[in-house]
This record gives sequence, structure tokens and C-alpha cells, in this order.
Amino acid sequence: MSAGGPSPAAELAGAVRGGERRAVEVLEEHLASIDAGEERIHAFNLVTRDEARAQAVAVDRRVAAGGDPGPLAGVPVALKDNLCTRGVPTTCSSRILDGWRPPYDATVVTRLRDAGAVMIGKTNMDEFAMGSSTESSAFGTTRNPHDTTRVPGGSSGGSAAAVAAGFAPMALGSDTGGSIRQPAALCGVVGMKPTYGTVSRYGLVAFASSLDQIGPFAHSVADAALLFDVIGGHDPADSTSLNRPTPRVLSVLDEGIEGLTVGVLSEFLDGAHPEVTARTRQAAEACTAAGARVEEVSVPEVRLGLSAYYLIAPAEASSNLARYDGVRFGLRVDAEDTVAMNTATRSAGFGAEVKRRIMLGTYALSAGYMDAYYNQALRVRTMIIEGFATAYRRFDVLLGPTTPTTAFTIGEKVDDPMSMYLSDVCTIPTNLAGHPAISVPFGTDGGGLPIGVQLLAPALGESVLFRAAAVLEAAAPAPPPTGRWS
Amino acid sequence: MMAQPGRLTRHDVAHVAALARLHLSDEELDLFTGQLGSILDHAADVASLDLTGVAPTAHAMAVTNVLRPDLARPGLDRNEVLAEAPSVEDHRFRVPRILGEAP
Repeated sequence: MSAGGPSPAAELAGAVRGGERRAVEVLEEHLASIDAGEERIHAFNLVTRDEARAQAVAVDRRVAAGGDPGPLAGVPVALKDNLCTRGVPTTCSSRILDGWRPPYDATVVTRLRDAGAVMIGKTNMDEFAMGSSTESSAFGTTRNPHDTTRVPGGSSGGSAAAVAAGFAPMALGSDTGGSIRQPAALCGVVGMKPTYGTVSRYGLVAFASSLDQIGPFAHSVADAALLFDVIGGHDPADSTSLNRPTPRVLSVLDEGIEGLTVGVLSEFLDGAHPEVTARTRQAAEACTAAGARVEEVSVPEVRLGLSAYYLIAPAEASSNLARYDGVRFGLRVDAEDTVAMNTATRSAGFGAEVKRRIMLGTYALSAGYMDAYYNQALRVRTMIIEGFATAYRRFDVLLGPTTPTTAFTIGEKVDDPMSMYLSDVCTIPTNLAGHPAISVPFGTDGGGLPIGVQLLAPALGESVLFRAAAVLEAAAPAPPPTGRWS
Repeated sequence: MMAQPGRLTRHDVAHVAALARLHLSDEELDLFTGQLGSILDHAADVASLDLTGVAPTAHAMAVTNVLRPDLARPGLDRNEVLAEAPSVEDHRFRVPRILGEAP
């Protein structure tokens, strides 16, 4: 069923559906990997052993009864801890939600279960997805499986590390400004951010609603395609979900890119580490070798992306996070009246990065500053969309680095928020435009740390995006030694 | 040319924290004033642009008039929802007093 390159998760599902492997065995192997490595990595906030075992047993029963449990039969999948799971704690790595058990499942969770997947645990993240390293988690930092003195990236660092360490062959994350692609690049796995509206956000705890999108992590492009096909598609429960056909990508993976045009985005190369730039150029050569026409292209508007993002995302966050008031769920710190209780709860429950962004957003929306900051940023967003539109009249896909550097050391950027924010400079413009993008592992730096290259496509351009990603995967230098699947 | 807002002050940060229902210690006020100021310095490239005539985009893939059939459907289970609340009384969320003493 899979096209092109390796697809360890699809192979597992095939073996379970065919009765050659039992889902419970597959699960126990992964739980053993977690037992062996989790203390070192801390990818999870919660390993849901009992729920996973019950799901695996149900999958095996369906196979034994002659049924088809679905395309992800028995595949363990790790979930970022901002995806609601009914009755299972969902914390967003924040003290304000510590112990909260959602009364419903996110749509992606329902779709995974319907596809036969086994949910193995809830992964660590930056608090409320605000960060690029998992260091803003209230429950400790996740460590990069390639070098445990370094960050896995973020905010979906736990999901990226879980896949890289072999704890699960697949994971879901969310990407608001690069939170899937950046950790995927730093951990040496595939990570993809879909077109805004193609994957339901129902049950994704909101950070910045006009930018958030759920997407897949996997060891290979084919597995990421399989997972995207399972979770994508219209959902009436999310009013921003696009009610039109979602591109199906698994079936087009081996179509290649002959005759397509690839633009190498010069703004993304500026400021990138020379080793990252060299790998990106090598990826461009691979596109040429595959028969694409490759040219450098400038989209100068993307230079404004970071500033616009750090006004828009905090503005939306300050509104979304107003719901954490100690009234209906989560933490409450008692005080003599309700306003004092709200304030005491939020002051105790939120960490420093979340407070910074709430205040930044409140300021950008406040009387006297809204025109200068928030409304200006929305106009810049228009310029970025138009800049991309101009480029996509000439190019089918764009290529650049995913991140300016490889994984940085734990603690290196925590005291300087602006330097942390800069690690998302190449991923943010995609979110502002609502477009899809994917990070594909493409060799390492001199120290053996993974480098990711990023492909970008216009809205609903997932098919060409995955085709180009499969070409890069096939041409990539030997993958770094990650976990059990390498 | 858009008028440039002035440099963020400690007073501004205290005001914004109050609007956002956050209490900051003196140390946090100092720290955040510096950090938010440097982020806003970076945002000056956006604030200072002349964007007359450029329409704002709030939503890249905007969809409008999303409707569903007007049919009754079950909502969330009340007991399950209330079980997650910090304080409940007679099937309602209980909070401390909202209004002060009458003068």
C-alpha cells in the first residue's frame, strides 16, 4: 500500500491486519522501549498503558473476527498533551490544567481510534505550545534523543523525541509557528504542518486559533502521508474546517517532481548556519537531479513574518487563555472575591513564557496600541500572503532550511526570549499564510546533529508537497542513528 | 507613517498585567518590562511601515456562514463536566463573591 520510501508504521499496520503480528505484542515492544529510555528523554507527560492495552486487545479481536481494524491497525501513536482525550488527563504542560480530564475526545483522536491506532501516551510540550524547546513545560524539559544535553525543539518536542527515540512510530503535534516542523528538524524525523482547515481543531486546546493546525510526525514521508490521510478531512464540529475535498497524499508519493519548478527561498538561507545552508543547497541539487527546474527566489515580505507573528499569536492567545479563570475546570487558588481568585489562579497556574505572551497580546490589543501593533500585523499578514502568491505563480514548491541551526543546548536561550523566537524564523511565514509545509531530515552537521530541510506549497498543495518530500527523502544523506527504526 | 508607540514602561506592564488578571512580583515586573520591551523593539519594523491601502487579514483561509441543520443533539454530560470543576453547588459552578459590600 505504501509508495516510495520506507514506512515502518505502515508495515506494522500491514502485519497486524494480516494476522502476522498481534497489536498487543507491538504495543508491549514499544512500552519496553519507553521503560528503557524514557527516564533519559522525558518525552511523555503520561504513558497511557492501560488504555493502550485495551485498544490493542480490541484491534486483535477485530482481526481474529475477520474484520479490518483500519489503516493504522495496532500502530502506537503518541499524542501531544494539548489534544483532548476523554477521561485521560490533558495538561498542555501547564499547572493550570494539571489533572484536568476532558469530557470529550478531539476529532483527531476519534479518527485515529477508528483507523485502528493505539494511543500510547500524552507527550510533553512547551506550556500551551508557547516555546521552541519544551523548556517552558511546567513538568520538565524533554531531551533530544541524539544528544541529551540539547533540546528537542518545540513546542511539540515530546512528540518529536518520542518518534526519534523509537517510543512510538508516529505522533501528532500542533504547529502554530513551527511547533511541528522545528522539533522534527532538530530530532531528525519527518514533521508536517497541513493547510489551515484541513485537519479539525476540535479538541485541540487553542493557542492562536487562526494559526494552529494539527499535523503528523513519523520516521518517513510515507508514514507521515498515511497519518495525514487518516486525520484530514472536513469536520462539522470545527467551524474553520474546510468543507471541500482534502488532498489525499499517500497514493501520489511516487509520482516524482519531473518538470516541476522548485524555488529556493533566499530569505531563509540568510542567517542560517553554513552547514544548514550547505544541506539545503544539496537538497536543491537533488530536486534538479529528479528533473525539476530549480531557481533561487526572493519573497522579501517573509522577513516581516517573525514580528507580525509575535503580535498576532500573543493577541489571539491573550483572548483564548482568558478561559483559565479557576471557575469551570483546572486549578483554582481561593481568594476573597472572584476577581482576586481569577488573578491568584492565573498567577500561580501560568509559567513565565505564557505570562509574557498574554501580556504582549493584551498590550498589542489595548486601547491606543491596537492600530500600531495588532492591526499593522494583520496588514503585514496580507503582504506575506501576496508575496507567496507571486512566488507560486512561478514555482510549484519552495525549498529552504526548517531551522537556522541544529539543536541548541538546554538552557542556552531561556533567559533571552527574542533569541528563542528566532529559531522559528523559517517556519512562521507558512502559518501566517495558512499554507502547508513539511520538514524532511537531510543529513547532519559536523557534530552528528540532524538537519531538516523544509518544503512549502500553496494552500491545499499537499500532493505536490509530499511528492517533493519523497524525492528529498530518497536523496537524503544517511539518516542519523535514531532509535529502533533506523 | 504610523505613529511609533513610546518605550514600554514598568507602569505599562503593571497596567497590562492587571487587565490580564495576572499579579506580578516586583522582580517579575522588572524582568518582563525589559523582555517585552525588547520584543516590541523587534516589532518596530512592523509598527513603522506605511501600509495605507493594505487590507488586514485576520484569517488566511476564512470561511463564512458555517451553518448546521437546526436539530437537537445531546450536549456534554452535565455530571462529567461538573466533576472537573474546582467547586460545585446544586449542579452549578460555585465561585467566591463577585460584588463587594454595599457602601
